[in-house]
Amino acid sequence: MCLAIPALIVEKDGVRAKANIGGVVREISLEIVDLPAEVGDYVLVHAGFAIHKLEKEYALETLRLMREVLG
Amino acid sequence: MKFASEFRDRELVSGIVEKIGDVCRHDWTLMEFCGTHTVAIFRHGLKTLLPDRLRLVSGPGCPVCVTSRADIDRILSLSDTPGSIVATYGDMMKVPGSTMNLSERRARGADIRMVYSSYDAIALAEKNPEKKVFFIGIGFETTAPSTAAAVLKAAEAGLGNFFVLALHKRTPPVVGALIEHGTSVDGFICPGHVCSIIGAKPLEPVASVWKKPCVVAGFEPSDVLQAIYMLIRQLEEGRSEVEIEYLRAVSYDGNANALAAIDRVFATTSSEWRGIGMVEDTGLMLRDEFSRLDAAPFTDRDITSRPDPAGCKCGDVLRGDLIPTQCPLFGKTCTPQNPVGPCMVSSEGSCAAYYQYAGE
Repeated sequence: MCLAIPALIVEKDGVRAKANIGGVVREISLEIVDLPAEVGDYVLVHAGFAIHKLEKEYALETLRLMREVLG
Repeated sequence: MKFASEFRDRELVSGIVEKIGDVCRHDWTLMEFCGTHTVAIFRHGLKTLLPDRLRLVSGPGCPVCVTSRADIDRILSLSDTPGSIVATYGDMMKVPGSTMNLSERRARGADIRMVYSSYDAIALAEKNPEKKVFFIGIGFETTAPSTAAAVLKAAEAGLGNFFVLALHKRTPPVVGALIEHGTSVDGFICPGHVCSIIGAKPLEPVASVWKKPCVVAGFEPSDVLQAIYMLIRQLEEGRSEVEIEYLRAVSYDGNANALAAIDRVFATTSSEWRGIGMVEDTGLMLRDEFSRLDAAPFTDRDITSRPDPAGCKCGDVLRGDLIPTQCPLFGKTCTPQNPVGPCMVSSEGSCAAYYQYAGE
């Protein structure tokens, strides 16, 4: 039930936005997201609400740590 | 960067699996707290990739599964209110109450509707001003902020026919309750999306007081495996710390906006967990200021705590004491088509996952 999916914001009007969630465009709310999110940003969406703005540098850091493990 | 496919790379996955094998020197039991992790582990067949000396058990991290029978009965009683609509997430429809589930109640004429978001329930209330709309606020901290947002929106709009049954649960204190109950678990794979909201910080007592390592993990195969690797390293090195694998979604302090919304709307209370019992500070109740929106006064007040059905081992499964196949009802009288206990109902329940993916 705690599923949250990365979604690309394609339209934004105040705290309402439309996001492409795995190919389906849905209305989402930006009211509780942690950081300002704009068109072109990825956010994690749970039950119609963006809960977190995804930032590339953190994803790259995790991939780097995973590969570092590989030695 | 799509934030998903990059973490499904086959070479990356097999490399991490190899490293886990290299560092794992002892027998360890890890618990994945979260039902979404349970599903990810089964869907990707991760158990088959791990060393034999590593045991994974599922925890009480499926909000549907841990909702008590009494609370399901309370939801059912709401649907008896004349002129009412009960709006709920679809996951709840087949969870058995004492006599029936919501799906069966709907077949007998109750107006019970599935919603995707708390705002869909607000829209129902706006479209049906002559009806009372009861939204079932269920889920962990991941979901609680969206219920809080709906409460704030309804209060601001003066919406007089929208009510919330607050059944949300807080997760960190229940990990403590599990450990105090006595558990064979050595370390915890911690819930990534709960921690997107609350941060990793609330897990500190688990690592510092109870000396159980915690790693907050994402949900792609490489995320789960990397978290397991980090836990094994901690255990083999004798450390117990809180670490974050899921850096792209989780910070140490969490989402301040979402936490503020929860705090504005809810106060902490005790809550009944199926299989575990009452646990202090794990429930969220509406603050007095929002009591006008509380659905609780419309429920049957005579409903009290009810035991699980005879033979059902959901409680032991939720505590990680038994695996689903050790339950005498598993796959016999209890199947996803005809579930006896909640762990077989929810797609994220560990019994349903074992059933669907043919066990270990």
